[in-house]
Amino acid sequence: MKPPRFDYVAAGSVGEATEALASAEDSRVLAGGQSLVPLMNLRLARPSLLVDVNHLGALSGFESHNGTLRFGAMCRHRFLETDPDVRQKAPIFAEVAELIGHVGIRNRGTLGGSLAHADPVAELPALLVALEGRVIVASTGSERAIPAAELFAGPFTTGLEPDELLTTVEVPAHRDGDGGAFSEFVRRHGDFATAGVAVILHRDGFGACEQVRVAGCGLGPTPMDLSAAGDFLRGESSLTDGAAEELGRRVAAAADPPGDVHGSKDYRRELAAVLAADAVRRAWARAGSAGGA
Amino acid sequence: MTKVRFSLNGEVAEVEVEPRELLLDTLRDRLAMTGAHAGCEQGSCGACTVLVDGCGVRSCLMFTVQVGGSEVRTIEGVGSPGSLHPIQQALSTHHGLQCGFCTPGMVLTALELFETDPHPSRDRIEEWMSGNLCRCTGYVNIVKALEAVAGTAEEQL
Repeated sequence: MKPPRFDYVAAGSVGEATEALASAEDSRVLAGGQSLVPLMNLRLARPSLLVDVNHLGALSGFESHNGTLRFGAMCRHRFLETDPDVRQKAPIFAEVAELIGHVGIRNRGTLGGSLAHADPVAELPALLVALEGRVIVASTGSERAIPAAELFAGPFTTGLEPDELLTTVEVPAHRDGDGGAFSEFVRRHGDFATAGVAVILHRDGFGACEQVRVAGCGLGPTPMDLSAAGDFLRGESSLTDGAAEELGRRVAAAADPPGDVHGSKDYRRELAAVLAADAVRRAWARAGSAGGA
Repeated sequence: MTKVRFSLNGEVAEVEVEPRELLLDTLRDRLAMTGAHAGCEQGSCGACTVLVDGCGVRSCLMFTVQVGGSEVRTIEGVGSPGSLHPIQQALSTHHGLQCGFCTPGMVLTALELFETDPHPSRDRIEEWMSGNLCRCTGYVNIVKALEAVAGTAEEQL
């Protein structure tokens, strides 16, 4: 299997990358290549120009700034998984990164690449939706922010224009009382998830729940915002088993999962219920302890 | 065509390739490093694993033009027939290979593991190696071999 011919530019700066992207039709960004290159090997993708952004060191940093956590788009999954600073300030990213593929994939695959690829079963897009994050994208001479809620337009489709480069991912910094958890089901370790649910919640100083955010992967054509399912938990100061299961039922009812050879619609709904109950229990416990997620 | 220079098992390699040429094909067809095996060629099996700057990567998912200036290590750069690397020796002792097709990828993946963590637990070994498929052994003896390496003194590595 050999990819079709293409032209190649190793960009030395964001400006060079965006200029190159605008210079050809069907240009594509080459980030970690762990989704794009298999598609090219199978000739399902045939870009005319690849713009390699692997040398843009400025896109691989992580910083906490004025209440915002800012990740460079080229942060590799393995970095999210192992970096002490990320593990301390954004432990939910480390938890999610560990779920992605295998170490050889995580050594290359990137945060920005996963978001721009927008696979409906991928974990990081669902996490970005749950965290109400946003991405910064650059094009020749300009820059704009796209909130997570507007980023994912359909399966493998985002709101990015063809000449735009995703450079930065921003999420609100952790506050005391925040807790998050991501639960997913996979048939074999490292496979794409059959379904996954992220729960991010906030408890006030008295332990009462102030906010619940829920998002799922594998439960619809895009990472779905299922937060309305958690509204009934607001004001509660304890999480009973009954409440966790109720959240599961509401998430299952709101989900719109596909049915395929890996599982029927009903099966995925059942999974969503179990995963949401598990994630809310863990998020709740974390929100009640120092460190959170 | 693009000229690409990189370090291959400690020696300078220089090739002229089209951008679309995969590192796996360059290693096998131009540089006679046929220990990198072409299995699925879509990133699933791990048989083509090589180390690029110390990190295990699927060489079927990297273009050769991307490794300019990098250090690439293949199975040909690990041990020798007369003096096996401890990982290779352990796989042999514990019958951790049969047909051998997956073995180079297994060895290189394990090499990165032991460089990261000289004494990994069984769980860690299983998680780390889960991206390399083997159709012969059923994995039990591969894990057994790596547990044996994990139990030995790190200076042996």
